[in-house]
Amino acid sequence: MNPEYNFAFLDEGSKREIRRSILKAVAVPGYQVPFGSRELPIGRGWGTGGIQLTLSLIGPRDVLKVIDQGSDDSVNAVNIKKFINLCSDVATTTDSTEATLIQTRHRIPEEPLRNDQLLVFQVPLPEPLRVIEPSEEATKLMHAEADYTGIWLQLYESIMKYGKVTIATEYPVTVEDRYVMNPSPIPKYDNPRLHESECLYLFGAGREKKIYAIPPHTKVVSLAFDDVPFEIEHMEGRRCRLCGAENVYFDELIDRETGAVSYQCSDTGYCSKRRLRKEADC
Amino acid sequence: MINKEEAVLQVRDLLLRYGNGCECCRSRQPMEKNRCPRCGTVWAVRNVSFDVYPGEVLGIVGESGSGKSSVMKSLYFDHEVTGGSAFLKQYQDGKVNVFGASSQQRRYIKNHLMGMVYQNPLLGLRMDYSSAANVAEKIIAAGNRNVAFMDGRTVELLEAVEILTSRRAEPPRNFSGGMQQRVQISKALANNPGLLLLDEVTTGLDLSVQAKVLDLIRKIRSRYNISIILVSHDLAVIRMLADRTMVMLDGQVVESGLTDQILEDPQHAYTQQLVHSLL
Repeated sequence: MNPEYNFAFLDEGSKREIRRSILKAVAVPGYQVPFGSRELPIGRGWGTGGIQLTLSLIGPRDVLKVIDQGSDDSVNAVNIKKFINLCSDVATTTDSTEATLIQTRHRIPEEPLRNDQLLVFQVPLPEPLRVIEPSEEATKLMHAEADYTGIWLQLYESIMKYGKVTIATEYPVTVEDRYVMNPSPIPKYDNPRLHESECLYLFGAGREKKIYAIPPHTKVVSLAFDDVPFEIEHMEGRRCRLCGAENVYFDELIDRETGAVSYQCSDTGYCSKRRLRKEADC
Repeated sequence: MINKEEAVLQVRDLLLRYGNGCECCRSRQPMEKNRCPRCGTVWAVRNVSFDVYPGEVLGIVGESGSGKSSVMKSLYFDHEVTGGSAFLKQYQDGKVNVFGASSQQRRYIKNHLMGMVYQNPLLGLRMDYSSAANVAEKIIAAGNRNVAFMDGRTVELLEAVEILTSRRAEPPRNFSGGMQQRVQISKALANNPGLLLLDEVTTGLDLSVQAKVLDLIRKIRSRYNISIILVSHDLAVIRMLADRTMVMLDGQVVESGLTDQILEDPQHAYTQQLVHSLL
């Protein structure tokens, strides 16, 4: 650890402010709490919301895992993990069951999380209503009055045009029958994992200066019309080419020469754990 | 004894003012049209009162800047009024002033009890969404979450305004001005409102299309027994549709009565001029 810096980079005052915003976010599930996003040695919009949440919550005994679209080894994930380790010396892992704090971009790990774990999301655009209304003042009013007609209209328009809702990621959810929330760009496959979970989910948007949360055992319902139910991606009939897993979220790989399609677990930690276990069994 | 019919809408002393006003204009000294020469305050609508009865068409006629559209936009909460009150029979049994309603209640009134058709379709429609979605927006806003119901209702409404159902997935952007106006009308009718506000709906349309839209409004009125407030600067439109008419000038009502009466025997100098200039 570089002794020139405070533990976990941020000064204690900043951490305290962020923790206060987190407490408010937990108290009002799905509500976007504004906070004073700090300067970091990383450009805004490159995971700075998630990093600030992690830095303000991490302690010396924590075990950290960072993933980017399910992968422990992507540049973004590796660099964030290195940076946090550099200023806190906490242990890191790729095993999501060993970690106490997981920072993620665009995925929820396959293995169910426990109530002693935290999942921190990096969020590019926290406002689910931004696509229909550019003004922050207007969207705040719409949330206050629970005026979500515009977002439902988008779903209807999609059904009208394509016969189904075509949103693949950032599929909006209603939290505790009140706020409509953007679950960050996770695939809608992961949406059901937000509902009645064991662990605390925290969402941080550094550029947009917003924090929001889904506490354990919170009702989270993906938006759907009465007669057109919410559907996740179909993963049936696919197997991971490395570990043989089924019914998980896959990355699709297409061989350039032959055009053959194969699948691989998007959650690399889960995949390598399964392979290690297999080797041990042999 | 005459059984008096209850008004669908009662408006009392509606006031819309831009500026604070001064002693000069408050004491009703002469103004330059509706603007106070001393303080520059514009009195867009000055103490306008009227009633609308079930199933009738009330016409408001006047030159541009006379305050007729301001009355409509005040009633639809597009403008915040300076003073006055309005009572809708369907809202709290006509006992509560709708101008005092919270913004949530206003949304309820706009979505359930009133329909508005603007002169400019850009104000009333989402040009990039399909026509069906434009109509469905009102139904969604009223709390319905059933796609099959909305599909059925949008087909029914678009048929009622003679838009081919095969074109319902097209955005109004692809349509002619008259068709856009008809989509607006079907949107306004989506939740069976008791009161329809039509603000210069035929202005800017060519004569044959105008006739079609006017004919449609007549049909809608007889079919749904809906009350209509119709704003127009065109006396021909007013003569065709309105049962009663108010003539507005400089933010005030200068004359009102049965449409035939006003057209045959205008009392106010301005109305006389207006009727005489009717070719």
